[in-house]
Amino acid sequence: MKLELRGITKRFGALVANDHIDLVVRPGEIHALLGENGAGKSTLMNVLYGLYQADEGDILLDDREQHFAGPGDAMNAGIGMVHQHFMLIPVFTVAENVMLGNEQTKAGGRLDLNAARARVREISARFGFDLDPDALVDDLPVGVQQRVEIIKALSRDAKVLVFDEPTAVLTPQETDELMVIMGQLRDAGTSIVFITHKLREVREIADRITIIRLGKVVGEAEPTASNAELASLMVGRAVELTVHKELANPGDAALVVSDLSVVDALGQLVVNHVSFEVRRGEVLAIAGVQGNGQTELSEAIIGLQEKVLGSITLDGQSLVGMSVNAVLEAGVGFVPEDRNHDGLVGEFTIAENLMLDRSNTAPFVKRGTLQLNYLNQFAEEKTKEFDVRSQGIQTPVGRLSGGNQQKVVLARELSRDLRLFVAAQPTRGIDVGSIEFVHKRIVETRDAGVPVIVVSTELDEVVALADRIAVMYRGSIVGIVPGNTSRDVLGLMMAGEVPDVITTVDTDEVEGALL
Amino acid sequence: MSSPISEPGSVTGPGSVSGSSSVSGSGNLAVEVVDPAAVSSATQHEHPDSSNGLERTIVKSWKAPIAFGIFTLIALVLFVILGRDGVSTFRLSNDSDLIQLPAVETPTRVAGIVVTVLLLVIAIIAWLRVRANRRVPLWLTSIFGVLFLFGFLAWAAAGQTLPVPGLLVGTVSLSVPLIFGAMGGVISERVGVVNVAIEGQLLAGAFASAVIASLTGQPLLGLVAAMVAGMLVSFVLAAFAIKYFVDQVIVGVVLNVLVIGLTNFLYSQVLSKNAELLNTPPRFDRIAIPLLSEIPILGPTLFRQTIVVYLMYIAVAAVFFGLFHTKWGLRVRAVGEHPQAADTVGINVNRTRFRNVLLAGAITGFGGAYFTLVSVPSFNKEMTAGAGYIALAAVIFGQWDPIRATLAALLFGFASNLQNVLGIIGSPVPSEFMLMLPYVLTIFAVAGLVGRSRGPAASGRPYIKS
Repeated sequence: MKLELRGITKRFGALVANDHIDLVVRPGEIHALLGENGAGKSTLMNVLYGLYQADEGDILLDDREQHFAGPGDAMNAGIGMVHQHFMLIPVFTVAENVMLGNEQTKAGGRLDLNAARARVREISARFGFDLDPDALVDDLPVGVQQRVEIIKALSRDAKVLVFDEPTAVLTPQETDELMVIMGQLRDAGTSIVFITHKLREVREIADRITIIRLGKVVGEAEPTASNAELASLMVGRAVELTVHKELANPGDAALVVSDLSVVDALGQLVVNHVSFEVRRGEVLAIAGVQGNGQTELSEAIIGLQEKVLGSITLDGQSLVGMSVNAVLEAGVGFVPEDRNHDGLVGEFTIAENLMLDRSNTAPFVKRGTLQLNYLNQFAEEKTKEFDVRSQGIQTPVGRLSGGNQQKVVLARELSRDLRLFVAAQPTRGIDVGSIEFVHKRIVETRDAGVPVIVVSTELDEVVALADRIAVMYRGSIVGIVPGNTSRDVLGLMMAGEVPDVITTVDTDEVEGALL
Repeated sequence: MSSPISEPGSVTGPGSVSGSSSVSGSGNLAVEVVDPAAVSSATQHEHPDSSNGLERTIVKSWKAPIAFGIFTLIALVLFVILGRDGVSTFRLSNDSDLIQLPAVETPTRVAGIVVTVLLLVIAIIAWLRVRANRRVPLWLTSIFGVLFLFGFLAWAAAGQTLPVPGLLVGTVSLSVPLIFGAMGGVISERVGVVNVAIEGQLLAGAFASAVIASLTGQPLLGLVAAMVAGMLVSFVLAAFAIKYFVDQVIVGVVLNVLVIGLTNFLYSQVLSKNAELLNTPPRFDRIAIPLLSEIPILGPTLFRQTIVVYLMYIAVAAVFFGLFHTKWGLRVRAVGEHPQAADTVGINVNRTRFRNVLLAGAITGFGGAYFTLVSVPSFNKEMTAGAGYIALAAVIFGQWDPIRATLAALLFGFASNLQNVLGIIGSPVPSEFMLMLPYVLTIFAVAGLVGRSRGPAASGRPYIKS
């Protein structure tokens, strides 16, 4: 089925998320939609899927104009979507998730689960998936959940399938498998829209590439285009694709974590007997697919987890059982993975956010009174140093772009005397310019002799920053390997396997480290 | 379970014994790692939706043995030290029953001693189990409860005759509004709206059914009126919670206060002045179902009831079947768990919520009618007396499952009725204390579940499309 978008415009208040976007996807092709975080890709697809109503423009399928009041209409017209955050109900089985919204019933209104199971099996067989229709979705690994999403779309005979950042949660091997599946779907005549910001994937699978920037189509490219060409189109200027860093010059171990476990409310070991150490002046990256205990591990270090067993010592001082405040006082800087939820108070100004963790001592507070003059001076200085672009230090942080918000978090955490720096997902959802800046500051922090932990699910980021890499899987550390370990090995480790031989690559050959 | 018993505060892995490490954090945490495959099915039943291949530990909880110990101590003091002499008689049949069961007689003090010893044994078993890092199973708790209850009844009825059929019939009667309310609560919460307004829906139902049934002389029309009144209260809840994103708990509480105020006003200004015309509803007659009503004990309890009770049986069965076996139920649960996912498969989240909150109000309304058309044939100020809140507790205690919520409501009904029956036979317990019982039981029941039950994920959260 041919999909055509004509002059789609979508505004949110003053912000124009999509500005007269034209796009044609031919039958049986994989059309990549390439753009930075915040370029408007997902908004466009939500318009296509009926979740948003376009302010202007038309959607045409096989040259017939469509009007989608909701996702139901879009689905009936043959559009399917594999969402970035899976739209699956965790407490339902695979079959129940697939049938939801399109239920077949038997006499007396009973759900026909057998029909749904058969449908799941039939589509699974077509692509060689091995999927139990009666498995609870919550129990399935992320990669398998994505297949459930694909089956869900296909069970409604989707002719146009949209993949929204599908590889963000996958291991490299799972990504390769997904590419094969997308190829199979294309060969079966499905039109595919592939949304991503990763250049490697685009060049690997796409038939055509449309690049959008700041809500506008800025060009089309062939898959033969070079990384540098694609990146400069996407960002609007030439981009340095690698992170410049000297070889690490590590000192002695500063942070020693031994036999650390974190128990959750259900009595599960979300972090399972983890031991590692971080030396001064090195970056230890913690890699792994989202949800394998990295969040809990970083929260345990900062003192946010309640049930922690084992020991964490920083320069000989035990951190376990200390309050978050005491841990911060001990010299730990922490960039939380969700800056809007844990890192910043959106309604507070930039200046106020910059002093959030130092609200009980001089120089910010004296005799119980905020030292506003000092604060403003401090904020002016830091916003300049960290290149926070805003209309002034009194702007509420919630109004800044993701990249600038992250710089505020970074400015706050790095302007104390640190003895340990923990950055969780430091570049999630921010623009390329900010990514470059954040990476530069992390490397500078390392070079200043601070032990650094970077938790990231982006393998590119891990490879770009790490001196050593610890890979987590189901709460355990599968292994700790050198920073230049090959992606294939890391991918296997992210799936819980320990390869017999750890192959490494020359760092110079790492390409597209940023994107 | 094959894992070795470890010292409190040490951690042992199933395959890779990694030595022991000191306990940290709160300090009273004792954990042992268990092979996931060897974890007893009890834990799996409690959290069927979470394994993710993670290793499990069992966190020692001394709650159960401590509670058992306290109750054993109470039993010792009450049944043995302050034990009463005489014979307790449990009457199992009414005179009118077709099949007569003989009455059971037990010497009170002997019964008290036997029960206390058994309770002690169970408490010790529970203590041993926890010490060995195992859970106290639900059946053990149930046996403990039943034994304690028997001991208490025997003690209270020393030298008296306790009519068991009366106790049970009264339990069902008092549970009817609770069960209707719980069904309304289950539906509403499953679809994602916290229904604190059950109390208001019951009261509105009671008021409307009294007035309409009095005016028309038709109790069935009263039933319809109760349904409509419940829906009206629900409509306000739904409008504020779903359309205007107001905090659902606050709307619910405000609605309860509003309905109480409104019915009080109308009662004193209108109803009490024209009681003959407006507040003398005809009652439903009891309908005995042939054969079934002749089953000993159960027959009179369940099958010599009014149409409202039979409607309740149908409602519970229908809600259970509907929620778990029909398209409607699948969608309701989807909307309450993950509204965005439901939206992306073409389900209109807010419409689904609105309709089902109205449905919940209608069902709860029936419970209100029971007050005025069956129990007391007239409306009184605040006659629901917190039944809606107890129904809400039953929803939570029943873990958002219609059958379990019904059982919980029956338990609360039993506690209320026990107070009535003991008052009639003249027990040594002060009636004020017994009045407290259903509420104390509610608190214990809900507190025992803290951290163990998990409601619909999106319950209480409005669905706002960005």
